[in-house]
Amino acid sequence: MSMKSSLKIIEENAHHGPEADGVDRRGFLKCMAWAGTGALCVIKGGVLSSYALGAAGKMHPDKMMGELSFVQISDSHMGFNKPANTDVAATFQAAIDKINALPVPPAFILHTGDISHLSKPVEFDTVDQMLKSASAKEVFFVPGEHDVLTDNGQGYLDRYGKASQGGGWYSFDKNGVHFIGLVNVLNLKAGGLGTLGHDQLEWLEEDVKRLKSSTPIVVFAHIPLWAVYPEWGWGTEDSAQALGYLKRFGSVTVLNGHIHQTMQKVEGNITFHTATSTAFPQPAPGSAPSPGPMKVPADQLRGLLGITDVKYVEGQHSIAIVDSSLA
Amino acid sequence: MRKIILSTVAVALVLLALNSNRARPAEGGQNNSSKEYQVKIDNFSFSPSSLIVPVGSTVTWTNQDDVPHNVRSSEGQTLKSPVLDTDQKFSFTFTKAGTYQYFCAIHPKMTGKVVVQ
Repeated sequence: MSMKSSLKIIEENAHHGPEADGVDRRGFLKCMAWAGTGALCVIKGGVLSSYALGAAGKMHPDKMMGELSFVQISDSHMGFNKPANTDVAATFQAAIDKINALPVPPAFILHTGDISHLSKPVEFDTVDQMLKSASAKEVFFVPGEHDVLTDNGQGYLDRYGKASQGGGWYSFDKNGVHFIGLVNVLNLKAGGLGTLGHDQLEWLEEDVKRLKSSTPIVVFAHIPLWAVYPEWGWGTEDSAQALGYLKRFGSVTVLNGHIHQTMQKVEGNITFHTATSTAFPQPAPGSAPSPGPMKVPADQLRGLLGITDVKYVEGQHSIAIVDSSLA
Repeated sequence: MRKIILSTVAVALVLLALNSNRARPAEGGQNNSSKEYQVKIDNFSFSPSSLIVPVGSTVTWTNQDDVPHNVRSSEGQTLKSPVLDTDQKFSFTFTKAGTYQYFCAIHPKMTGKVVVQ
């Protein structure tokens, strides 16, 4: 799908707007191939409405302002130097510039994995160093499979996992929102998908037990926690069990990376969202022989990379997700 | 001095190879001499994904993708390659008959097998 047509679809959806009653499954399927175009998603009580960024500009500012605003970045693949993007540091810097230009400085940054391309210390160093110039100083990470290529992820854990539970998972609270960082890229089994594993699932069940059902939840992990395209490994084996523990909550937002394109889906109280990469795009599910890096003309690359800005408005239980490209 | 040691090692290796060649017919009645086989890693798949080789054969995997892959036994630790970046290779010599299932532990949907007989 071309960028132009995906924008059109978002605009179509914008027409339905908040008046639309519930969620039209076909509408969401149509939204699935958003690639780098800006979109604002407002979720209220599990119901999502999406707007083109142009339409969002005409919205009442109150709708776009929140008490908590943060940014998701993903798949920086520092160290990658193949034709799909020979300068991933430059596009990562463009993402940081984009963050620094946001009208409301984000409280923190979530990085949903594949920080590095080959788990090399120098790749992690570069990302850490570059992030120091971001307006948000606090960065929360979860690993991608590229971050745990050696020693079963020990290098990643030594660097980023100090405050985490054994395998790198953790949770924290900000402005009444409960954030949960999950790890689904370790101990993968032949023929399978991403895996959370027994220990992590047990921890998750315990972690959310104490929370009121009205607490907004944001879960972030690298591989999508929904079956985007299992044929390419784009899903997590035991995500249903994890999401089962979150069923009683009024608002759950799941933020993932891995697939290098934006996609969105709503299932009951849970909104799923994947972010673009800051490094290179990947093809839409099934549209290519494999999910490998997609080479696009140089002048189109930045339009397919981007960041995701997330705002939470306290008291309204709504979370707005805005994707913007680096172009 | 180093040269002498190296050539001694080389002679020892040749002798070992000769020994194993001599032993082979007794093992399974196969008289194929050991061979070299190639498995290409391309488009997130192993090709050929199923390979039948005689005992003593060496299989070399070459990563032709723009992303890293590895070669790991599905069960056990027989195959345990390091991470293979683009154009990097990994070789393994199969000295025992059997079916060796393997996968890429980074992209576990990628699976293959080597049948050694």
